[in-house]
Amino acid sequence: MDSHISIKDLNVYYGANQALKSVDLEIPRNQITAIIGPSGCGKSTLLKTLNRFHDLVDNTRVEGEVKFDDIDIYAPDVDVTEVRTKIGLIAQRPYLLPMSIFDNVAFGLRIHDMTNRREVKGHVEKYLKLAGLWDEVKDRLTQPATSLSIGQQQRLCLARGLAVEPEVLLGDEPTSALDPISAKNIEGSLKELKSQYTIVIVTHVLRQARRLADYVVFMYLGELVEAGPASKVLSSPKDPRTKAYLSGEM
Amino acid sequence: MSMQKRWWRRAHLEESLFGVLMRLSAVVLVLALAGILGSVLVRGLPAMSWDMITKAPEGGFYLGGGGGLLNAILGSLYLAGGGTVLAFLVSLPIALGLNVYAPSSRWATFTRLTLDVLWGVPSLVYGAFGFLIMISMGMRASLGAGILVVSLLQIPIMVRGMDEVMRLIPSGQKEAAFGLGATKLEMARAVVLRQSLPGIFTAVLLAFGRGIGDAASVLFTAGFTDRIPTSLAGPAASLPLAVFFQLSSPFPEVRARGYAAALILTVLILIVSGLSRALARRLSRNVVN
Repeated sequence: MDSHISIKDLNVYYGANQALKSVDLEIPRNQITAIIGPSGCGKSTLLKTLNRFHDLVDNTRVEGEVKFDDIDIYAPDVDVTEVRTKIGLIAQRPYLLPMSIFDNVAFGLRIHDMTNRREVKGHVEKYLKLAGLWDEVKDRLTQPATSLSIGQQQRLCLARGLAVEPEVLLGDEPTSALDPISAKNIEGSLKELKSQYTIVIVTHVLRQARRLADYVVFMYLGELVEAGPASKVLSSPKDPRTKAYLSGEM
Repeated sequence: MSMQKRWWRRAHLEESLFGVLMRLSAVVLVLALAGILGSVLVRGLPAMSWDMITKAPEGGFYLGGGGGLLNAILGSLYLAGGGTVLAFLVSLPIALGLNVYAPSSRWATFTRLTLDVLWGVPSLVYGAFGFLIMISMGMRASLGAGILVVSLLQIPIMVRGMDEVMRLIPSGQKEAAFGLGATKLEMARAVVLRQSLPGIFTAVLLAFGRGIGDAASVLFTAGFTDRIPTSLAGPAASLPLAVFFQLSSPFPEVRARGYAAALILTVLILIVSGLSRALARRLSRNVVN
């Protein structure tokens, strides 16, 4: 397997609570990896270690190694903003920047020193198209982003995340706040994007994992119980805990 | 009567009782404001004239002679305006520091506590404190000193006002900017400042109102003069003190001028708050609710 992110002996503590216990995981390149498991099992915690979001919260400690290609993203000489540029995140619900539709996408470009207006404009268009939103917003780019429906907002967040040209896309239950049609749109985009990006999503919807995932990771009580190709883990799990979860007994 | 019916009746009674209480308290508040405005208008309006807002006091003004309150109007605008600008320059970085650079740290808790204590300090104490420092430095009452003390009075109000709105920003919104690789400063500019802009305006406005309406802090520090203030080193008059001095006069026409000064002060505050509210609305087009 060509692994893009490689995690070794990863432990995360919230104060005295240990939220992740010695996790080892290889995340395959250009595939969709779905992290599943019951609430509170450490799914989101694991996802947030990948773009160093735990740095933002006091009293959280991360130990272990997370290698992105061959760079340990927790090494002291690594620039955290660069990590977050290469590893984009789509949150549970769309959190807009308080700007226009256009500026929401352009913001990421501008902070990464793209100053040429025409270039910015071209990129904004390209990524709004990639997120499947362009046709709906092309005549109202200067309007506040809040004027969009929530499904459109989430696609705007996707476009915004794609525009800084990351290599990895993280999704923290990226469709959980959306109606079924908007959710389908996002799922469709993710499927199309996987040829260019490595995608990791957390989901509590098993059917979504079945629809999307190439690779599945099952977490339970802070431990990584089982990881492997979706076809294997979802249809013939090895661990009794995975079996119990998949059959709805957990 | 069935259980459910009884429950409905109780719930309905509660609702209407609290509805009435709420309206009553609103009425009390509005009446108080109307009373203040009304008495200021009734007593101040007869003494109002073009001279009042265009001329400084002439000889015998405080005995009913000619002239006006331009010295106090300009003095108050300089004091409160200067104080607000200074306080803003100090307050915005503190508020951003509390919310962007050191949220939930001990330092932030301590700073908030300090500011809350300072907020509660009577303005007379600020005035006396400023006066002590001025004496030790051999300074006399001046516009500059007044501005400094007014800004000290305003800073806690401004910082806490900004802080409260900045704290309401959801962490997910900040993470949205961080997730794109923004630095703290870039995040602060894109999210915190823009999102809290209306609140920042309100905080500045509150502080301006406090500054322009306060008499005790400028009593010792800015002094009072019949001349129009021209330099930071000279004394400056102010409207609250003009109200105070004239209301204690034995002459009815001078007391009426005291009310006229109060009327001018009220109108100034109304104008400034109206303007900044309109501006804040224009600037908050993109704010995410």
